Amino acid sequence: MAGYLLRRLGGMVLVLLGVSLLVFLIMQLVPGDPARTLLGPTATAEAIAAVRQDLGLNQPLVNQYLDYLGGLLRGDLNNSLVMAQPVTEIVFPKLGNTIILAAGALVICLVVGVPLGVLAATRQYSLFDRGAMFLSLAGASVPVYWAALVAISIFALQLGWLPTSGMYDVRNPGGFGDLLLHLVLPAATAAVVPTAVIARLTRSVMVEALQQDHIRMLRANGVSERQIVWRHALRNALPPIVNIVGLQVGYLLGGVIFIEVVFSWPGLGGQLYTSITANDMPIIQAGVLFIAVVFVVVNLVADIVVALLDPRTREAVR
Amino acid sequence: MEAPLLRVEGLQTHFASELGTIKAVDGVTFDVPRGGVLGMVGESGSGKSVTGLSILRLLGSRNATIAGGRILFKGEDLLQKSEAEMRQIRGGSISMVFQNAMTSLDPFFRIGDQLAEVIKLHQGLRGKAARDRALHALELVRIPDPVAKLKSYPHQLSGGQRQRVVIALALACEPDLLIADEPTTALDATVQKQIIDLLLDINRELGTAIVMITHDMGVVAHMCQTVAVMYAGRIVEHGAVEDVLRSPEHPYTRGLMASVPRLHTEASAAGRTRQRLYQIGGSAPLPLRLTDGCAFAPRCPEVGPECWTVDPPTVGFRDGQEAVCHRRAEETVEEDLRVRA
Repeated sequence: MAGYLLRRLGGMVLVLLGVSLLVFLIMQLVPGDPARTLLGPTATAEAIAAVRQDLGLNQPLVNQYLDYLGGLLRGDLNNSLVMAQPVTEIVFPKLGNTIILAAGALVICLVVGVPLGVLAATRQYSLFDRGAMFLSLAGASVPVYWAALVAISIFALQLGWLPTSGMYDVRNPGGFGDLLLHLVLPAATAAVVPTAVIARLTRSVMVEALQQDHIRMLRANGVSERQIVWRHALRNALPPIVNIVGLQVGYLLGGVIFIEVVFSWPGLGGQLYTSITANDMPIIQAGVLFIAVVFVVVNLVADIVVALLDPRTREAVR
Repeated sequence: MEAPLLRVEGLQTHFASELGTIKAVDGVTFDVPRGGVLGMVGESGSGKSVTGLSILRLLGSRNATIAGGRILFKGEDLLQKSEAEMRQIRGGSISMVFQNAMTSLDPFFRIGDQLAEVIKLHQGLRGKAARDRALHALELVRIPDPVAKLKSYPHQLSGGQRQRVVIALALACEPDLLIADEPTTALDATVQKQIIDLLLDINRELGTAIVMITHDMGVVAHMCQTVAVMYAGRIVEHGAVEDVLRSPEHPYTRGLMASVPRLHTEASAAGRTRQRLYQIGGSAPLPLRLTDGCAFAPRCPEVGPECWTVDPPTVGFRDGQEAVCHRRAEETVEEDLRVRA
């Protein structure tokens, strides 16, 4: 286990280095001068030059990147250019809110997607199967921001069941229950695509699992269909499902940008959106890096879970 | 005579296909007495496996239907049973073992748990009692170190051991009948012999009747009392093993017997006139049966004009041996005439 974990952690560091470099380089290509953004349109050339000097923007790119990396290792992510606040103080709470949203969406994905796929697989080519697979194909093709607007229009504006936006009721913040109420719409909307993907994958791995020889052996021994499907076949199909769920976490973290903007959810996605328009380099770098960290960690955990699930690979991981 | 343990009467199992209805099993009738061992031989696609699956109603495909016949087990028609009743019978009083020994166990569960699941299902035993029963089943199939094997996963066992565990699963609840569908196909030759001998011992010690589905005449000769030869969904010849193997009557059975390699013929021992192994020309047909007539006609060395158009009659020989063939029918008539004259 230790060797495996070390190797995977080493790989993780490389991936994150790559991500930080990529974000750094992309931001160099984006038009606009951070100093000018900071000082506004009326700034004098001298003032801009001074700020550029101050921010180290006159240094060669390599030096800027190494500076940034050094700060990263010390846990210092600089200050936001727009808000005179350390990046960590801005980004961490937002990351927490995004994780709450993504977790909510993930719960919906699992509770809806997996059973949907299992039921479709056991009723292959039935009306239910075709209906569910058509819906999931449609779901996987829907643009999230459109789904979000439609959801707001129906459930918040016309039916009035749920709040339109935000994380808490501003006038009357009501703790956890209030949070859940505000979470339903954005989480459900964010969950549409991953639920569809998970349902389709679950169906196909379950169809395959149900055709295995040992399933026929169980039938020949009189084991009930329910036991066969939910105990044996699903257990066999679980590893690929866990893997795809790990990947969907990545999709959720990236995809919530739209959701957070439409629902005014105070998360990292919304923050990134405003920071990109404001050319607020340190926040963008930190935000993308954190999303990458969460994604890589979740997938590492998923891989370990997969290895532990299968008795044939369990020994190797241990 | 005592009623047989299993009596299959006129079984018809059909598959719907784009080409039309495929009669995979087309009017098959046979008996298995209590404690008897019946061999079912035939090449791939002859309907022998489908017959086995039909008995337990495990066809599993929505295209497959049992279109006719009766399957009387202890006098009760299995085709009239509900699905819940069938589940009690499967693994309880009739068990089945399949050919893929390597993949017939769930890789995610320990051997002991897989055995306990079936034992709990049919005998209502739990905990220690179920574990003891599982251990007993493993001892029955003579697995080395059975106590440790209870905690093993399938991948930790060899192919032969896995097939032993599969047989233990099938026998855990002491069924009256075991249907073994080519149980040794995926195994090494030496292990095949061990598994066959194990099945024979179980038959002798527990009195479990066995339907042995195989394409191996050697296996039939070694372990069966009666044999049914299937071709294109029908039984073309059946009888006591000694009779059928010594004097096969149907041209197909004769072809099968001639294509069994022999080590001790004088010619091969001398090593001079090396003979090519006999081979039945052509290949097994899809049992679509668009016209009447004998399905074996296209490949039959003795084919005559009537074989193409008229269903062949069943001809009886000594000791209940029967073959379904025009040629044999003619010969018996000629024989009769000669005897009378």
